[in-house]
Order: sequence, then C-alpha cells, then structure tokens
Amino acid sequence: MSGIFSARAWGKVWAYRQSFLLGLFNTARTAAFAILLALMLGIIFGLMATSGKKILYGISRIYVELIQNTPILLQTCFLYYAMAFSGHSLGIILTGIIALGVYTGAYMAEAVRAGIEAIPKGQFEAAQSQGFNYLERMYYIILPQSIKIILPPMVNQVVNLIKNTSCLYIIGGADLISLTYSFVTGENTGGAYAPAYLVSGFLFFIICYPLSKIASTWEMYLKRREQRTAPVKRTTEGEVSGNE
Amino acid sequence: MIKLENVCKNFGDLQVLKNVNLEVKEGEKLVIIGPSGSGKSTTVRCMNFLEEPTSGHVYIDGKELTAKNRTRIIRESVSMVFQQFNLYPHMTVLKNLTIAPMKLHHKSKREAEELAYHYLDVVGLRDKAHVYPTTLSGGQQQRIAIARALCAESKIILFDEPTSALDPETIKEVLDVMIKLAKENITMVVVTHEMGFARQVADRVVFMADGQIIEEGTPEHFFINPSNDRVKQFLGKIIR
Repeated sequence: MSGIFSARAWGKVWAYRQSFLLGLFNTARTAAFAILLALMLGIIFGLMATSGKKILYGISRIYVELIQNTPILLQTCFLYYAMAFSGHSLGIILTGIIALGVYTGAYMAEAVRAGIEAIPKGQFEAAQSQGFNYLERMYYIILPQSIKIILPPMVNQVVNLIKNTSCLYIIGGADLISLTYSFVTGENTGGAYAPAYLVSGFLFFIICYPLSKIASTWEMYLKRREQRTAPVKRTTEGEVSGNE
Repeated sequence: MIKLENVCKNFGDLQVLKNVNLEVKEGEKLVIIGPSGSGKSTTVRCMNFLEEPTSGHVYIDGKELTAKNRTRIIRESVSMVFQQFNLYPHMTVLKNLTIAPMKLHHKSKREAEELAYHYLDVVGLRDKAHVYPTTLSGGQQQRIAIARALCAESKIILFDEPTSALDPETIKEVLDVMIKLAKENITMVVVTHEMGFARQVADRVVFMADGQIIEEGTPEHFFINPSNDRVKQFLGKIIR
C-alpha cells in the first residue's frame, strides 16, 4: 500500500491532512520567530564585526566560529537536554526558536559583515564628514547600499532555516518533518511513505520557492534602480517625482 | 577658524605629518600644494578628524576637536568635498542633498528641498535633481558633491583634490563653481594641483613636502618669486 500510485495511500494522506497542516503551521510559526531572532543577531554581530573595535570583533568571531563549526543537531540537543536536566526546561517550541535563531544568526552575521565590507571606504568617510554618527551612518548610508549584497545569502539562510526545522524531530518537535514521520510510522496510519513525503516536500517547496523568487526580484529591482535616470513611480518619501 | 597645533600623524612606522602648525582665518581661502605623499591630504583630513592626529591639537572655531565632540562640531561647522565625490549611489541627487539637513540639522523636507534647489542652481544642475548620481559625468557628480557640502551651510569647506579624478575637459566646470564660491565668506581649504586656481582665488598658499610645511605666502610670492629651492623645483615641474 506504500506505492506512489496507490490510491489508498493517497487517500490516507488526505484523510490525515490536518496532521500535515498542523506540522506546516508549527514549522512556519517556529521559523517565523527564529528568523526574527536570526536577523537581530545577524545585524548586531555583523555590525560588531565591522565596528573596528577589537573586543567587539573578537566576540563576534567567537560566536560565528563556534556556531558554524558545530552541528545544529548538537546545538539543539544541548539547549534542550542540558537545560532540561538543569531544571530550566524551555519547552520544545522555544528551544526550537532559540536554537534555529542562534544557528542561522551566525550565518546572517557573516552575510551582513560581507555586505558592509563591500561598501567603498569613501561612503563611510562622506557620511562621517557630514556629521552622521556611527548608527546614523549605518542606518541611512551603509546598510541601504549593503542590502542588495546581503539579500541573496540572507534569503538562502532563511530557506535553510525553514528546512532546518526538521532538526526539531530529535527533541520530539511537532514540526512538519516530525509529524510526517509520525504519520508514516504510526500504528493506524503507517505505510504511506511515498505520498506522505511527497506531500511534506511539496509543502516545504511552496513556502521556500516563492521566498527565493521574491528575493531575487527585489535584488534585481535594487540593482536596476541606480542605473535609471529618473525614478518612474513614487520615491520612498511618497512624493511624485519627475522634473520640477 | 581652524588651527592645527603641533599635529603629527603616523601610519604605523611611517611619519606622514611632522609637527604641522597652521592657522586659517575666517573667510580665508587657503590652498595647499606640494608633491604627492607630502601630507597635504592628511593635513585637511585632520581638520575634520577623518584622520585623528597621533599627537597635537586641532581647533575649530576656538574649540578643540576631540574623539568625543567631533561628530557634533563637524556636523555644525565643517563640510568636505572628496577627490572621488563619494555621492550616495542609492539616493537621487535631491536625496543626497537633503538627507543631512533633514536628519542632522532638523530641517523640514520643504526647507531642505528649497535649500537643495538653491544650491543646485548655484552649481547649475537643477535639472538633475531626480536622477541617480551614477548616471552623471564626473564633473557633474563633483558639482553635486559641492552642492551637498553647501547644503550643510557650514562655515568651513575642505576640498581634498577635488579635480584630480576628473577628465581634463570637465575640470573647468568644477573650478568655475569653486571660483564662484570663493567670493562668499566661506572658509575654504583646498588641496589641489591646479595652479591657475590657486593663483586666482587663494589668499594664501602653503607648500608641503615630507610631512612639513616648507613655505607659505601669498600667491604672488609663490608664483612670481618663490624663494625656496624645493618650491621652485616643484613649480618648475608642473607649470609649463
């Protein structure tokens, strides 16, 4: 009954569709919060790495290297079990958000750092010579230029994060992969391997693919904008532009 | 208006500035000339702390510039025009001109834009307000950069080799704008190789070599009757 063309197996998946949708919802919810955390960590540690202050640079490096050179499964287990046995259990959802956020944050930090370092020194100097302080300089002048460099690797990381929610399986998560696994091995539901994993994969795909698409479209838009002689539509300030 | 007192600057083992003392009066047009590597650029960059002196003091309008107060003092009193223009490529020309007045000088959008259009008229590029800088020629970009510096309405504008990255035929349009500015009561410090410009607008010319000021005086003194051999040698090479 496990065959890919077995109508019974497909029927079973359909009958338990709620289970897949619940998994998708849990995955999306965990991923959404983890992405926010990863973005925050990525920006903070990315800025620290480019601040020119040795101590901040050092802290940022330690974070990035430790996280990038150990498996995310280990980090997840460490956070979950180590905390549980010390009596401060965080719960599966929160553990998932923190573990995935911290893991992806390290990669985001590298993307942010590379994006900032790619901006010519003259831009920093011009902003400084106008009297922008460090944060103003970053916010108004540097980061808006870095975005098109940071965006592609960052979206890759977001997509990876969504896929990495599957690691929650190890701590008994209720994410899409875990629920799919429960489904195919369950006493009453077991056996429909091929349809179940195809559906599960399809659900991942319909979230991740549009994300990559949107990001590449946005990137193209940003790259083209600076080549135009005049903005066609409205500018960010909302006024209608064109010649006075 | 600007005072450098015993300013030294080292880059690693390299001593770029050796005890530079220099005072610029309000409204004065000071031109700094000299061979490359002589410390001219570093000297003006010390005036807005893009380079922090290794030792010595910098005063702007009587107040000593420090790592702590520099952002405020620079914001209020000193603007800079760079060799590479350094316009912000992600903003239109108008936004380039209005961002600092709006975010740093608390001007309304309307005030900032009026100011921007005024100075775009001064540099003759009002029709470029809505384009992005990369679509402009070097000379046009530099004129926009000058307008951007003017929008801060600072008393001091520093020019770090403003025409060195330009094609010969666009140098004149930038110099013409600077000559026009020189008639205002703005304190201008200009590092340049344009001797014609120095002759025409400078109140005083300073000659630097090997991180020191070797000679200073009026343009007449410099170009008609230089006393120092090093200066004579330099001028002999670049004025044909």
